[in-house]
Amino acid sequence: MSYISLSDQDKKEMLARVGVSSVDELYGCLPEEIKLKRRLNLPEALSEPELIRRFECLAASNTYADHISFLGAGVYRHFIPSVVDYLSSRGEFVTPYTPYQPEVSQGTLQVIFEYQTLICQLTGMDISNASLYDGAMAAAEAVLMASRLNTKPKILVARSLHPQYRETIRTYIKNMGVRIEEIEFGDCGGIKTADLMNKLDKDTSAVLLQSPNFFGVVEDLKKFGELAHEHQALFIVAVAEAASFGVLEAPGKFGADVVCGEAQSFGLAPSFGGPFLGFMACKKEHLRQLPGRIAGQTKDVDGKRGFVLTLSTREQHIRREKATSNICTNQALCALRATIFLETLGHDGLREMAVQNMQKAAYAADKLGKIEGVKARFEGRFFNEFVLEFPRDVGRINDGLQAKGIVGGLDLKGYYPELANCALFCVTEVHTKKEIDRLAAALKKVLR
Amino acid sequence: MYPNNYHYTKDHEWVAVSGDTATVGITDYAQNHLGDVVYIELPAVGKHLDVHQTIGSIESVKAVSEVFSPVSGEVVEANADLNNSPEAVNQDPHGKGWIIRLKMKNKGDLQALMSAADYEKYLEGLEA
Amino acid sequence: MIREPLIFEISDKGKRAFRLPKLDIKAKKHVFEGLAIRDEIQDFPQVSEVEVVRHFTRLSQQNYCVDLGIYPLGSCTMKYNPKVNEKVAALDGFAQSHPLAPADMVQGNLEIIKLVEDYLGEIAGLDAFTLQPSAGAQGELTGMMLIHACHQARGNPRKIVLIPDSAHGTNPSSAHLCGYTVQEIKSNENGTIDLADLSERMTEDVAALMVTNPNTLGVFEYDICKIAEIVHAKGGFVYMDGANMNALTGICRPGDMGVDVIHINLHKTFSTPHGGGGPGSGPVGVKAVLEPYLPIPRVEKKDGAFVLNFDRPNSIGRVRGFHGNFLVVVRALAYMLSLGPDGIREIAEIAVLNANYIRKSLDKDYHLKYTTPTLHECVFSDKFQKEFGVSNLDIAKRLIDLGVHPPTMSFPLIVHGALMVEPTETESRRDLDMFIEAMKQIAREAKEDPEILKTAPHYSYIRRLDETTAARNPIVKWERGK
Repeated sequence: MSYISLSDQDKKEMLARVGVSSVDELYGCLPEEIKLKRRLNLPEALSEPELIRRFECLAASNTYADHISFLGAGVYRHFIPSVVDYLSSRGEFVTPYTPYQPEVSQGTLQVIFEYQTLICQLTGMDISNASLYDGAMAAAEAVLMASRLNTKPKILVARSLHPQYRETIRTYIKNMGVRIEEIEFGDCGGIKTADLMNKLDKDTSAVLLQSPNFFGVVEDLKKFGELAHEHQALFIVAVAEAASFGVLEAPGKFGADVVCGEAQSFGLAPSFGGPFLGFMACKKEHLRQLPGRIAGQTKDVDGKRGFVLTLSTREQHIRREKATSNICTNQALCALRATIFLETLGHDGLREMAVQNMQKAAYAADKLGKIEGVKARFEGRFFNEFVLEFPRDVGRINDGLQAKGIVGGLDLKGYYPELANCALFCVTEVHTKKEIDRLAAALKKVLR
Repeated sequence: MYPNNYHYTKDHEWVAVSGDTATVGITDYAQNHLGDVVYIELPAVGKHLDVHQTIGSIESVKAVSEVFSPVSGEVVEANADLNNSPEAVNQDPHGKGWIIRLKMKNKGDLQALMSAADYEKYLEGLEA
Repeated sequence: MIREPLIFEISDKGKRAFRLPKLDIKAKKHVFEGLAIRDEIQDFPQVSEVEVVRHFTRLSQQNYCVDLGIYPLGSCTMKYNPKVNEKVAALDGFAQSHPLAPADMVQGNLEIIKLVEDYLGEIAGLDAFTLQPSAGAQGELTGMMLIHACHQARGNPRKIVLIPDSAHGTNPSSAHLCGYTVQEIKSNENGTIDLADLSERMTEDVAALMVTNPNTLGVFEYDICKIAEIVHAKGGFVYMDGANMNALTGICRPGDMGVDVIHINLHKTFSTPHGGGGPGSGPVGVKAVLEPYLPIPRVEKKDGAFVLNFDRPNSIGRVRGFHGNFLVVVRALAYMLSLGPDGIREIAEIAVLNANYIRKSLDKDYHLKYTTPTLHECVFSDKFQKEFGVSNLDIAKRLIDLGVHPPTMSFPLIVHGALMVEPTETESRRDLDMFIEAMKQIAREAKEDPEILKTAPHYSYIRRLDETTAARNPIVKWERGK
């Protein structure tokens, strides 16, 4: 298939207007010796029916979706209302670029403005950007932002922050002269307060923790926020499961300076990990150090309200190497989906979804924890994920579950050596009681 | 246009001296080139600046310029009015749009600067 | 036309557009014990489904887009986005798959990653690709980190990265984010890299040269092989910003001209939609010497099955979560398979023909600072129109009245008052002619009636917006009563 719109006659006439006899002549500005003298070694072109068949085969060799799955760990399956796919597929949203010309981009700009408002309402912060790539990158950008705002050499990061977020932070700061120290977790699954107090000192630029954390446990934001501020360190809260905003108090209420994370839960399918939706919000006074695009409200020459990209002097296309971040293309269409999702769920729907997640996860944890040999690893209250400890290796248990059509919890041994024989389970509103009971029955059999 | 008692730099800053205090701003030419100023990043009072060290930056909608200190000294005052009305830099660059006051360390720094007449000649050269 | 209100302004207590099934287990109070639970989320929307649908449909109608017409935004490659690619990317097998699922349950996904890595390798003439970077800028950062890691392993990470003054802003920003100091290389009178300036600056302190080829003027760096020799002679690497790869696919391969690292924008060259600003995807390709440093994990084939290899001690680590913007990669594969080897060459050829057609048709009406031959884009300026007090901004805004999207403005920085035009290969002659006619009309109006340009647009949904006030007193969210 080709998507060229010129006829042979068009090409002939256009070449004549340009004043050359062939397209090859237009490439006369390339040195002859680097020109490729053969066809590319790629498969021959497919027609649309062939193409669809090819991808249906590839999709079918992914057997994951045929299973009942209890994987979460930063990627969550939530119900997505039909209007999200319907509206976000409109060509007027899918096929423009960044709204550089506001007069013909008010749709995209107003959506960003609404998205920013929603993120502020959920996080309890003053200002949100228009999106970042994903939760891991947002956490890394938050660390860089903190080190610009508070130029001290050390940043404390909770070990209960998503392992991939921690890896990404390490990659981003490698050559930036910032040092990371990790804070241990305790038996409750949350941050070990004593360890935090030990490591907080006058060199600490910021404290970054995740809540609900990687183990699903809800952290005591009030306590840790106060501790960070007592030491003139910034307090950064990462949220990987954004559905929790529907029921848990906003981090802004506890003095968070920056709230960042992943909003995949708002209308994006698991998608094998992307595209997702990194978000970041901060206090007013940190505005100039916030990375990424921002939409703002203004008026046109007739006094009509309109929206524009604003505060662009923070960005790479103007400030070049001194920009707050190198980001240009972001995740606008994902932010649009999140906006439609949140406005459709609305106040009561989001609350209902969040509560059902907590209730069902609690039901599952309780049910599974009663199986002989299985116990809850942590004591702390959790949102929709929890860690179970088994009498033997998780890999073999999961193989057994897989044979029964179930994908069990995430094996934690590779991430935390001390959590060998532990698995992280996720239960959301899409899991029915029947499915949870089926998991319990299967697990019982596998463990026998 | 350009006050006779001020001193000027090639980067388009001006200095007005009174005793050992130097007031620094950007010239009309500079504000004109920048366009509508939307934000000025000011230094902390007490900061020591060397000649040509960055004082802060001035932002218009689509540009950022750094402002360099024409003389050395300690910042004794930053123009806090600019936080709420950055447009003063456009409207009155040589007056209300001043940026900082310095306690000068070395009056000799002034000798490297241009007089109003020299600066105007310099501008003519730029425009040609 | 009536202004579409913000959703918050039409929200009413108790309205709903969504309901979950009733909880099928017994709710227990104790799950909330000891937790800080929020009361209400103040001012969070409450609307009906009809209201949501009309709200977004009306908003969508305020956007210009590729599906409506020519969108000649230079450097952005706003080509047509094939619809079958959307269809295949939405298949449940892909969209519903979890990135931490056991490898044997996601063989299709891993095969797609491997295929795209291999095909990009063939197209770019490089040995290995990673698909992890989320967009071009993250690709640049990844590339810089690979270079840093390799120099480091050789004993000295070096300090400087050289970047031409015509480069995208992301280049210096990405190099800086990797801890490098940026030095600018001047462009010569052809708009290309000044070899003398490069030779002088290229020392053993320089880690890499970042070069965009064809560059942002649309000019091919004719001396690219010599440039690479100069850089390699001092032990540096050549990084190519592949944003303009659309001009070269199937014609020549960066790997064959001495490029060591490249990023390619799938949302430009490989037709994945721009989505109002993203998501994109910025795969990075390297010569074998840099392969050990690529981000983890790597997809490999072992005993007939695809596996993920995390055990790569020299890797720079992760630059983001999971496997990159995977569904964007699926779309790009669909595009490559639709086109085949001849189609992939044809996109470059026709992109270059279309751009030259526009250039030739307008070169009497608009000033071209550089007369060097160009490939897939060309950069005009407002120099002729300035005489009548008309700027590139006025020209851009008037284009909106005439039904086409304006070109990229004020970039590259080396052309004052720039208008950077990239039509792409998918435009019909009719659409190209419509753009040309609009530009010619504006050139006439500049002479005869400049006021109509300075007050444009006249017929758009909204007219010129006050960006100064927006930046001076930022209002970046809706608040009740404000």
